[in-house]
Amino acid sequence: MAKDHASGPDDYESLIEEVLEAYPEKAKKRRAKHLTVSKPSEDAPDATTGIASKCDTQKSNIKSIPGVMTIRGCAYAGSKGVVWGPVKDMVHISHGPVGCGQYSWSQRRNYYIGKTGIDSFVTMQFTTDFQEKDIVFGGDKKLAKTIDEINELFPLSNGVTIQSECPIGLIGDDIEAVAKQKKKESGKTMVPVRCEGFRGVSQSLGHHIANDAVRDWVFEQDESEAVKAYEPGPYDVNVIGDYNIGGDAWASRILLEEMGLNVVGNWSGDATLAEIERAPKAKLNLIHCYRSMNYICRYMEEKYGIGWMEYNFFGPTQIAASLRAIAKNFDETIQENAEKVIAKYQPLVDEVIAKFRPRLEGKSVMLYVGGLRPRHVVTAYDDLGMVIAGTGYEFGHNDDYKRTGHYVKDGTLIYDDVTGYELEKFIEKIRPDLVGSGIKEKYPVQKMGIPFRQMHSWDYSGPYHGYDGFAIFARDMDLAINNPVWGMYDAPWDAPETGPAIAAE
Amino acid sequence: MPQSADKVLDHAPLFQQPEYKEMLAQKKINFECGHPDEMVKEIGDWTKSWEYREKNLAREALTVNPAKACQPLGAVFASQGYEATMPFVHGSQGCVAYYRSHLSRHFKEPSSCVSSSMTEDAAVFGGLINMVDGLANTKALYDPKMIAVSTTCMAEVIGDDLNSFILQAKEKGSVDTDFDVPHAHTPAFVGSHVDGYDNMQKGILSHFWDKAERVEGAGLNIIPGFDGFAVGNNREIKRMLDEMGVDFTFLSDVSDVYDTPSDGEFRMYSGGTKLEDARSALNAKATISLQEWCTPKTMEYIAGKGQETAALHYPMGIQATDEFLMKVSALTGKAIPDSLKLERGRLVDALADSQAHLHGKTYAIYGDPDFVYAMARFVMEMGGEPVHCLATNGGKKWAKQMEELLASSPFGKQGQVWAGKDLWHMRSLLDTEPVDMLIGNSYGKYLERDTGTPLIRLMFPIFDRHHHHRFPTMGYQGALNVLVKLLDTVFDKLDDDTIIPGETDYSYDLTR
Repeated sequence: MAKDHASGPDDYESLIEEVLEAYPEKAKKRRAKHLTVSKPSEDAPDATTGIASKCDTQKSNIKSIPGVMTIRGCAYAGSKGVVWGPVKDMVHISHGPVGCGQYSWSQRRNYYIGKTGIDSFVTMQFTTDFQEKDIVFGGDKKLAKTIDEINELFPLSNGVTIQSECPIGLIGDDIEAVAKQKKKESGKTMVPVRCEGFRGVSQSLGHHIANDAVRDWVFEQDESEAVKAYEPGPYDVNVIGDYNIGGDAWASRILLEEMGLNVVGNWSGDATLAEIERAPKAKLNLIHCYRSMNYICRYMEEKYGIGWMEYNFFGPTQIAASLRAIAKNFDETIQENAEKVIAKYQPLVDEVIAKFRPRLEGKSVMLYVGGLRPRHVVTAYDDLGMVIAGTGYEFGHNDDYKRTGHYVKDGTLIYDDVTGYELEKFIEKIRPDLVGSGIKEKYPVQKMGIPFRQMHSWDYSGPYHGYDGFAIFARDMDLAINNPVWGMYDAPWDAPETGPAIAAE
Repeated sequence: MPQSADKVLDHAPLFQQPEYKEMLAQKKINFECGHPDEMVKEIGDWTKSWEYREKNLAREALTVNPAKACQPLGAVFASQGYEATMPFVHGSQGCVAYYRSHLSRHFKEPSSCVSSSMTEDAAVFGGLINMVDGLANTKALYDPKMIAVSTTCMAEVIGDDLNSFILQAKEKGSVDTDFDVPHAHTPAFVGSHVDGYDNMQKGILSHFWDKAERVEGAGLNIIPGFDGFAVGNNREIKRMLDEMGVDFTFLSDVSDVYDTPSDGEFRMYSGGTKLEDARSALNAKATISLQEWCTPKTMEYIAGKGQETAALHYPMGIQATDEFLMKVSALTGKAIPDSLKLERGRLVDALADSQAHLHGKTYAIYGDPDFVYAMARFVMEMGGEPVHCLATNGGKKWAKQMEELLASSPFGKQGQVWAGKDLWHMRSLLDTEPVDMLIGNSYGKYLERDTGTPLIRLMFPIFDRHHHHRFPTMGYQGALNVLVKLLDTVFDKLDDDTIIPGETDYSYDLTR
């Protein structure tokens, strides 16, 4: 399958122009602002990657165009699906019609330990299942009764969040009043979240609204017993923005603990409400998914004086740099421990790279993911000798694109809120060796004969964080690219150059 | 250190290593503030009791683990079954991301669909501009032959009028005036995905038929209904109709859409009902719906056009297939050929060979209304006893049909019908009145885990097993596939129960 390759930056510019040709004038103008090629930068190169490029020349975090097949989701997905859903000992009500909760049920792979349906509720779908009468007469009474029934049938649940679906904000329901009332009656934490799907332009506003709900309905309430009982220590940290997909947070926690740190709260994969409540007692917030949880870190800094820092646990280069950067905030013991942890895992890293790098060296990758991974996984690919041809965010903001300049070289194709059409055309022309994106993109790309990995769910694998996760990541990229199936797409009798079979010497 | 490059440990074994078990145990003790283990055990036991069941069944507001989706999903699925048709859902865009993901996760195939991406300003001013721009963009980028418009609940709540919006969009030149843009209002807060399927089918047919004059011919229309096994089933139904020499038209056929080859080309559209055929289907002598509960409004509309109609309940099993063939024969005058009789005989032969292993086995069945009906009926044909028959999207009329079905056979005596109930209800039912096997979809795996009831996946969606939907469950051949699934479950359980060497393996029989 010989195809044209659009290999260099010049080609990418003309490729963008070519792809935009298909649009009607109004849409073309709007889409042109989201597509670019990263430019050389005057800034000092990043200390870890040695890279400086300019990736923030295009627009982001603005409305998608109707009818173009955006890959984005909604605010509800950002709140229920991402931020709140993984909190395991609370019941999260999908408040409204049945669909939203049904389609998002158990799809994020937020691993947790607990007795599901008894003291943990992550992989369950609780809904008020709105009917026409609820739309006409309002759903507050039904919501109140729903919470009563949850408290009766799931007595060990430690609270309830109300995840608003589109109709709630349109019909004028007062879920905050219901939440206050139910909190008064039951004594349990009640969190109303105004994450109706029509709000904002993507999942992103849902993250922000969910962060604000943590602030208003957890932090700014009376201190719980769990908080009162906690004795803070000098090495207490929170991990913020790790949703424990396929066990990511566990493969991260083990490293932080080996360093001598206490992870008081892990937000929000495998988290309990107590881990959320106690977070303000920690010394430092370590934030992995900046996009979805920077808001609450900024708030904690302002209100409780807790510093925060971004880190990256994808691939050994970034892990080592992150461990050292984290340790710098603590005493020499922790700093020595960080070196010990890095040294301990170095043989594993060497083995993994020795085994997989020769099989992946020079392979090109195109990424299109959410709000963190389009940059955060880049160095992990680099550790395996793989190169990024293009990357983009579903719901990144300008500050994400700015940060991307520390990860990708100039001359990389950048696409924001890419449409199905654009992504297909880019892939067709660039023919990368691997595409990393989501379930909706997986099968079209594979039909084109290009290996694919889902980079939201880790394609049902993982963890990919930490040293243990890096081994799995490397193995997965290898099995995706080097599977024999990609060589079987053409029927042998159709290949024009096929001559008579010649016996091997 | 447990991980190695040589033998990479995946998540399941990795977190069973002592380092991780210890870490998680410490997390629990030091940070989680959970309930004491004894209390968790006590409540866990309580949830299995009759007392809990009564409280659970008395729920009035809360739904937990329902077995249904919302209307637009069914509308998208129905639309995708027409030639080069792009489903266009008017409303919030997150919904479309969900439908596409949901369908792709089941079929392991691309699922194309667009949204009009309405946001807060559209909530205030209405989504007319979104419709106008959206139709133009969809047409330009994806070159469909038809754009089938349905709605999310947002557009329904604010009251957007699709008919008027589409007319206005055409006036503004978004698409040509004669371009096919059928539509259906599909409020997510009414009914379920089967009703969305119905509304969209009616929308598409009335788009083609409303202004046309019917000239009765001899053809037969088939409406398959919402079916996760559509790839295998539609082809099997078509094969049987070909065997009979019937002139037929499938109205919405996703079998090629959800089964495109891997040969280097991504086909956004493939197969489906030709628009010309959909148009001329008005002239058919009759229409058969394979799933009554997926098509009430559509069939009423078709009958109103003067066609004979018949609605079945998912032709799976012997009698249901017999009825399907006899109905086709009666409506078309074509005889049922000996080749199909031979297939029937072979199926009966297989059932006779295996009857001892299935006689008296008890079942819980859940899913869409027609499927549950067919499955219960087939189970009884095999000498099995349906104990719990549950459809979250089943209503009173469905319940009555089910009760009549169960009353028609001695094997239905202990059968109970649970209309409108969910899978958390089912958990209580299985705990208090256990059965040998559970038939449903992938969500049933949580019931399998909690109650120990072996699960057989025969209902949409199936996310955690691959490719079953490529094989039919309808017709005699399909019944054979279903039979083998049930038998494999029985035999696997028998082997699992007798596999301890020197203890239970006296019954670990080589021949069964």
